Amino acid sequence: MNPRFRRCGDQAVLVELGGAAEVLALYDTLAADPPRGVTDLLPAARTLLVRFEPPAHWGAVESAVLNARPAAGPRVAAGEVTVPVVYDGDDLADVAVLTGLSEREVVEAHTGMPWTVAFSGFAPGFAYLVGGNPRLRVPRRTESRVRVPAGAVALAAGFSAVYPRESPGGWRLIGRTDLPVWDVAADPPALLRPGARVRFVEVRRG
Amino acid sequence: MGEAARLLEVVATGPMASVQDLGRPGRGDLGVGRSGAADRGSLRLANRLLANPEGAAALEVTLGGLAVRAHGDLLIALSGAPCRATVVDASGRARDIGHHAVERLPDGATLRLGVPRCGLRTYVAVRGGLDVPVVLGSRATDFMAGLGPELPRPGTLLPVGPPPGRFPGVDLAPVAEPRDDVPLLAVLPGPRDDWFTSGALRALCAEPYEVTADSNRVGIRLRGPVLERVRDGELPPEGMVPGALQVPPSGQPTLFLADHPVTGGYPVIAVVRTRDVDRAAQVRPGQRVRFRLSPH
Repeated sequence: MNPRFRRCGDQAVLVELGGAAEVLALYDTLAADPPRGVTDLLPAARTLLVRFEPPAHWGAVESAVLNARPAAGPRVAAGEVTVPVVYDGDDLADVAVLTGLSEREVVEAHTGMPWTVAFSGFAPGFAYLVGGNPRLRVPRRTESRVRVPAGAVALAAGFSAVYPRESPGGWRLIGRTDLPVWDVAADPPALLRPGARVRFVEVRRG
Repeated sequence: MGEAARLLEVVATGPMASVQDLGRPGRGDLGVGRSGAADRGSLRLANRLLANPEGAAALEVTLGGLAVRAHGDLLIALSGAPCRATVVDASGRARDIGHHAVERLPDGATLRLGVPRCGLRTYVAVRGGLDVPVVLGSRATDFMAGLGPELPRPGTLLPVGPPPGRFPGVDLAPVAEPRDDVPLLAVLPGPRDDWFTSGALRALCAEPYEVTADSNRVGIRLRGPVLERVRDGELPPEGMVPGALQVPPSGQPTLFLADHPVTGGYPVIAVVRTRDVDRAAQVRPGQRVRFRLSPH
């Protein structure tokens, strides 16, 4: 790990890393024992944003990052989640065309390999899943939908996701799940947290 | 005498009012932004005057126009954008009250706010705080994420919490009015200043930017010198902070405020210093701001 520090105002530093795996490793380490004054750890595609408050300052936070030693062994806190999916999404046929697979092969590709939550964004509980089958890399739709229902299972730009709540969205919808991935009354409210391993399984339409 | 419920009844909201506290820190990794008062210093000040915890929930009122009626005897304090504030008691007697002062709002009395003389957001804090339900550790309404209480409407009853054990120590806090027509906001370069031409930071700080009407608690859209990039394309998403000056392909920056998106895909050329983010939150559409590079 060879982090590059980019200062982000007077109360945050953006730590740039080699990729999602390094970001998650550093996030894990710092989350287990946050440096003094750190208020937020925000993993993203290639960066970890570390927000802090006085009396913490850049220097202290940067040396804490440099001295972070990853815990031995894989993380278990974020857990493993199985997501049951009915694969009847409105964009399933388009995804098949774009990937050169049949619809059945798209489903098999999506369920065949495990995914990992890399980070959240866009909306509360909206998790960007990486890994999975590289053949499922498709671009976003050219036109966003005004309404995507909660539980929609989608693909875009190499990520997969489950829409936590009804919202606008431009990802390609391949299916839906009844599994609630967001519940404000729960602690934590998000089921899919950075580092979690996710497996999609096909269920018959019900 | 029994303890009747103490409430603040909303009679009118003006252009927009919302309940805010200091928000939901620590949940960015779940896609939940901090939100909370856009001008955090003003919210803190009003609460300190009332001996509330600094982060007690209060009303954030945009461009005045609020009217609220007390159910039970209340103590209130106003902060933020200064405006005429009138208390009309149950018998119809009216008196004007000051900002940054501990004031009584007796049972049945109505508080009315005029349009601010300057600034945008006025805070109305109540001793005991507004006791609306807590969502993920906060009573703030996050417009971007759709979290927290619904916006108050005429008829909304806002419960007031039990008064804290401590008593107000001062009646008045002297605060200078933010009279500068063109506020000067200090920025620190980065995190993505290397995505821009070497002249872009200079351009940012050379001429004033106008605050457009397309501004809200998420951010302020600015119009002014174009900030030219040397790199095309989108960034992979990365974490954002309040005060970030994010630059879309148009080259016109957006200054993020309390309800900014948790992650963004456009480069941030510079970030406004924390204390000046509060001042930015008080700038009105049509007003201009200037930026200056801040030494570390």
